[in-house]
Amino acid sequence: MLILTHFLVLSAILFSISLAGVFINRKNVIILLMCVELMLLAVNTNFIAFSYFLGDTAGQVFVFFILTVAAAEAAIGLAILVVLFRNKRTINVEELDTLKG
Amino acid sequence: MFENYSDSQVYLAIVLAPLIGSIIAGVFNAYISRAVAHTVTIAGVGLSFILALFVFKYFAFDGAQAYNETVYTWLVSDGIRFEVGFLIDNLTSMMLVVVSFVSLMVHLYTIGYMQEDPGYKRFFSYISLFTFSMYMLVMSNNFLQLFFGWEAVGLVSYLLIGFYYKKESAIFANMKAFLVNRVGDFGFILGIAGVLMVFNTLDYADVFAMANSKADLTIEIIPADFLFGGEWSMMTVICILLFIGAMGKSAQVPLHVWLPDSMEGPTPISALIHAATMVTAGIFMVSRMSPLFELSETALSFILVIGAVTALFMGFLGIIQNDIKRVVAYSTLSQLGYMTVALGASAYSAAVFHLMTHAFFKALLFLAAGSVIIGMHHVQDIRKMGALKKYMPITYWTSLLGTLALIGFPGFSGFYSKDSIIEAVHASSIAGSDFAYYAVLAGVFITALYSLRLFFIVFHGEERMDHHTKEHLKESPWVVTVPLVLLAIPSVIIGGMTISSVLYGDYFNNAVIVQQAHDVLGHLKEDYHGPLSMILHGIRSAPFFLMAAGIATAWFLYMKNPELPAKIKDSFGLIYDILDNKYGFDTFNEKVIAAGTRGLGNIFSKFGDIMIIDGLVVNGSAKSVAWFSGIIRHVQTGYLYHYAFAMILGLIGLLALVIF
Repeated sequence: MLILTHFLVLSAILFSISLAGVFINRKNVIILLMCVELMLLAVNTNFIAFSYFLGDTAGQVFVFFILTVAAAEAAIGLAILVVLFRNKRTINVEELDTLKG
Repeated sequence: MFENYSDSQVYLAIVLAPLIGSIIAGVFNAYISRAVAHTVTIAGVGLSFILALFVFKYFAFDGAQAYNETVYTWLVSDGIRFEVGFLIDNLTSMMLVVVSFVSLMVHLYTIGYMQEDPGYKRFFSYISLFTFSMYMLVMSNNFLQLFFGWEAVGLVSYLLIGFYYKKESAIFANMKAFLVNRVGDFGFILGIAGVLMVFNTLDYADVFAMANSKADLTIEIIPADFLFGGEWSMMTVICILLFIGAMGKSAQVPLHVWLPDSMEGPTPISALIHAATMVTAGIFMVSRMSPLFELSETALSFILVIGAVTALFMGFLGIIQNDIKRVVAYSTLSQLGYMTVALGASAYSAAVFHLMTHAFFKALLFLAAGSVIIGMHHVQDIRKMGALKKYMPITYWTSLLGTLALIGFPGFSGFYSKDSIIEAVHASSIAGSDFAYYAVLAGVFITALYSLRLFFIVFHGEERMDHHTKEHLKESPWVVTVPLVLLAIPSVIIGGMTISSVLYGDYFNNAVIVQQAHDVLGHLKEDYHGPLSMILHGIRSAPFFLMAAGIATAWFLYMKNPELPAKIKDSFGLIYDILDNKYGFDTFNEKVIAAGTRGLGNIFSKFGDIMIIDGLVVNGSAKSVAWFSGIIRHVQTGYLYHYAFAMILGLIGLLALVIF
């Protein structure tokens, strides 16, 4: 029997993995983007689980919106990445430190 | 034409006419010719002179009430009104006539004196500006405008002393005049601040009306435990502070040092500013403030002693000077001392009376000296002159009249005013009056000695000028001699004409207030029976004999035995040195005051400015910011994951805050 807790734990695991991906990853900016997407998916999982167990479909409607926005975000993120690569000839996170004070 | 004298338009016209002339000659300097420059300024001053005569007639003969109105309110702050206004009474109307007359004469004279000078138009602009400032000073009805006029005449004096601005000594002299006057003005503005503190108004009429009720106020400036500490009379403090201003402007010891040096300026302004009008502003001011000064015997004694010292000791210096203008300048100092003595003795009318006669004969003497200087081609050393009588007859005769008026020869205007001062001091009983009496009495001898010395050396004796100068020696043009003649007339007759009403009549009754206990002139009035009897009495009294002795000594030393002064000089070397160094005031000022100020300034500059303000406050705060940010910037690594980590930490922190 699946209960709400299982879904929430899954979502928490997904979120933690993506968080760890953001922190630990030192190589590739694309992986960073993927981790951000994964975070959104974790949140979406929460939405769907709550929506199902509370019997309210509004949560699932929200998921559609979030997915749309996430798709747009991914497109823009990849476009920025292309420009970044053109300028810097690298997508290595270790080498992108121009924000340093 | 002037049915309605009390119209403020007349007074405004008096003040503004010279200002407009000055602006035209000054601002449009480059666009107008010399003739236009002197025409507009003379027209302005001439108009104000005519109006001043009408105003004088209105007050002196028609017996008008004092006019006291505000024409413009500049601002009102905390209930204190800062205004421009006119107080016209008998004192003011007399000052107006004196100032405008001497100024007009000097304007005319300048056409001749400055005709070869490249700064011709600038000069006219300045002297008209001076006339405007002096009117503002004497016509004021409040302390603020008085201070404005006071500073404005000081400014023009500064500009004119440094008129030959390419001359090193002129620049030194005008800076000196300015700095010494700052000392006096500092006292003056403190005095005005004191008035404001006690009376809470700057208006003369209000202040004088309240003066008696505030006479007992005291103030503790130095705590009682120290020397001179304790409660001081507020009136004494105010009066002495105001008088310090007068000491600067009217060149009283020890703030007199600027006046001899001011002779670096052109001669016409020596006559107008440094003899006839501006330097008497202090005398006028104290007379105007008589209701305040009457309340403090200490201040009066202070004034008396300062005046007596100035009158006597500055006279001594006149004896050894060899520059024609400096002799006259020291004589001005000495005469200002006489006026100050009269103020100290509460004989304000006598002081103003002497101010008036002195304005005429001293302006005459200066302009005559200027005429000699023109004739001598700008040689001022009297040792190079001599026997000018036959070359410059008009200058000679007018100088003679001026000299006789200065030494107080019976019948001349100086006689009436000076003898009255001496008698007033004699009758006075306040502290220091005995000393002052003997000082002014001795001053009569000194005055006669140095005046006649100058006169004999310049106009008589042998011709000491060089051949070239002698060839060109001739009487000055009419624009120079006419003012001399016009000034010679009042120098002779004005004293006898006006003494009965000005000094012993009721002319100043409303303008000057004297307390019963100090009323020396009222005392003298009982023995006064008209100008003629004063002459008869005068030739039997001590001043006359002293004056005769002075003339005789001068004649003996400089006409009969011209080699004698050199011998006297050699045998009294020490005294000569002291006099030659002017009692060491200049040396003291340069070595102690100026050097001390510079030293103190250096200390403040090094420690206060460079170390504390620049080093600690300004650069220090900038450095500490740089140091702190140097530490803080290590947080900004530039790595995205560090920033993200910081965001997560922040998020967790916020969540914790919300949950717990």
